[in-house]
Amino acid sequence: MNQSGMQTAPDGGQAMLENTELTKPRRGDESDLAKVRLEYAKDADPVGTIPEPMQSGMAAVLMDKLGERLAFERSGTRLYDALLVKCAADPSKAISSKEIKHIRDEEAMHFALVGAAIQSLGGDPTAQTPSADVAGVEGMGLMQVLNDPKTTVAQALHAILVAEMTDNAAWEELIELTSQAGNDDLVARFTKARDSELEHLAKVQAWYKAAAMKG
Amino acid sequence: MRRMKPTLLENRGVPLERQKFTWRDLVQKPISKLDDDAYTRVRIILMNGIELEANRFSHSCARMNKALQAPLAQVRRIEQHQATMINWLIGPDHSPLETTIAYEQVAIDITAAVAMNEPDSYLAQVYRFGLLEDFDHMYRYSALLDRLEGKDANNILQSYTDILPGRPTIDEHRAPVDDLRKPYDRTSAAPLSKLHALTIMSAEQQTHNFYMNIGPMYSDPVARQLYAEIASIEEQHTTQYESIIDPEESWLEKWVLHELTEVYNYHGCMEQESNPRIKAIWERFLDYELGHLHMALELFKKHEKRDPEEILPESLPEPIPHASQREFVRETLAGEVDLRANGAEIVPKSKEGKESISYRKQMNSEGSPSETVAAGYKWAPGSELKLKVA
Repeated sequence: MNQSGMQTAPDGGQAMLENTELTKPRRGDESDLAKVRLEYAKDADPVGTIPEPMQSGMAAVLMDKLGERLAFERSGTRLYDALLVKCAADPSKAISSKEIKHIRDEEAMHFALVGAAIQSLGGDPTAQTPSADVAGVEGMGLMQVLNDPKTTVAQALHAILVAEMTDNAAWEELIELTSQAGNDDLVARFTKARDSELEHLAKVQAWYKAAAMKG
Repeated sequence: MRRMKPTLLENRGVPLERQKFTWRDLVQKPISKLDDDAYTRVRIILMNGIELEANRFSHSCARMNKALQAPLAQVRRIEQHQATMINWLIGPDHSPLETTIAYEQVAIDITAAVAMNEPDSYLAQVYRFGLLEDFDHMYRYSALLDRLEGKDANNILQSYTDILPGRPTIDEHRAPVDDLRKPYDRTSAAPLSKLHALTIMSAEQQTHNFYMNIGPMYSDPVARQLYAEIASIEEQHTTQYESIIDPEESWLEKWVLHELTEVYNYHGCMEQESNPRIKAIWERFLDYELGHLHMALELFKKHEKRDPEEILPESLPEPIPHASQREFVRETLAGEVDLRANGAEIVPKSKEGKESISYRKQMNSEGSPSETVAAGYKWAPGSELKLKVA
């Protein structure tokens, strides 16, 4: 029985309501927290710098975002590894492991593709850029959902959906950045990658919808 | 080599009443995971461990010594806040597993440096023995980081520390009796040996606590199993390293040695720190620790009627180097990976005690997390994925 709600504990729930009468807080509200956060925000150092060779302007933005895509595709490959396990544990959802494996391998290929692109621009594909680091923080929740033996296929696919929607938007951004930089070769490669990501998104959306309906 | 005793006895540091903090002071800007040198992070983890051991010792001492409870409580409050300020310097963009990689870097590079400089050959052997086990943990956790989070452990290690199998974790599980070593003799051991022992024991007990706390934070059952397995080894290591410390030291002697270890390590951090903001913290806390040391020395004189010179070192030992020890670790690996423990002795594999073999067999009888996680794993730049798809 789910015991998290107040209705499962009528006496305790009633007593809890008395708390609002018993508490006489000092003056203030959430803006007090915002004030402290603002102080820290104004004083904060950046997450890090763009790895050497130092580049400025749009070239630096491109390198940062390439690093982010590399990190995301690498972590994304591992999310699909986890999804394979999740779907194998619940065959009733009838999601093709072959199709999941196909997407997984494409994520790994995109990781290699972005690595090669970074190298072609004189960057270090083994370095972690600031946006790569932040993408890692963002992805922690998804990793936890995908790998938890308790989550359902639908819950796992919901997390994958978050990843794929972000991924699609990020590839669009990369195409725009490389286009602005006049790098037609990369634009062509990234457009192909974006197209396969669109397919991933469509598949995941369909899988999620079907799995969520089945409960 | 500088003379330590005059410095220690003459420089009384900052008196306790002037050691003050605010909450804002405790919660400073964290270091940059990407831009700061890996050894800045190593120093933060090391000093947090030293402070937490000071806290653990202080509580035990207070429970056994009514007369010391008030001064211990006073010093302990300061050290609580020192530990907080230091530990909060680790940035929140480190996942617990990335921080784990950094903990193992501490265990490898600091233990290797200690093993190289330890004057007692038996103790040096004990450090080399433990070193090869932590070295293997690095390999296992790196595999987990790549295979679970899709991240490269070398972003944390900055190419200072190798990622290779050591003494296989599956073989590190021993019967408790085979984790106990022989203690140094408090009357004849070199001061450096005492400082080394307390430093490494502190680092290991902190690592044990850390794994016990973060292991259950992961949803992945393989990760939960791996933390459970390696936390058990860190418990063994804490047992090993506390057993090399002479149990005949009095409570006050131990307190003085704890404060001395803090002085010694803050000094080493201050000397080697590359980040000026963090260096200022080491310098501030070195002065605080000198204040604590003098307080402990006064109590030592008052209660034990002993001369501090009896337990203070004659000269300041050189700081533990905070640097890559790749060559030493590789040599140790090549020569000693097959050693095992039998009672207090480090012995060839064939001489290992039956009790450890039987204990290990039981623990591994339903599978080995450390073997599972690294099956076929070879570190490669960026990820093992690159090897397969490039």
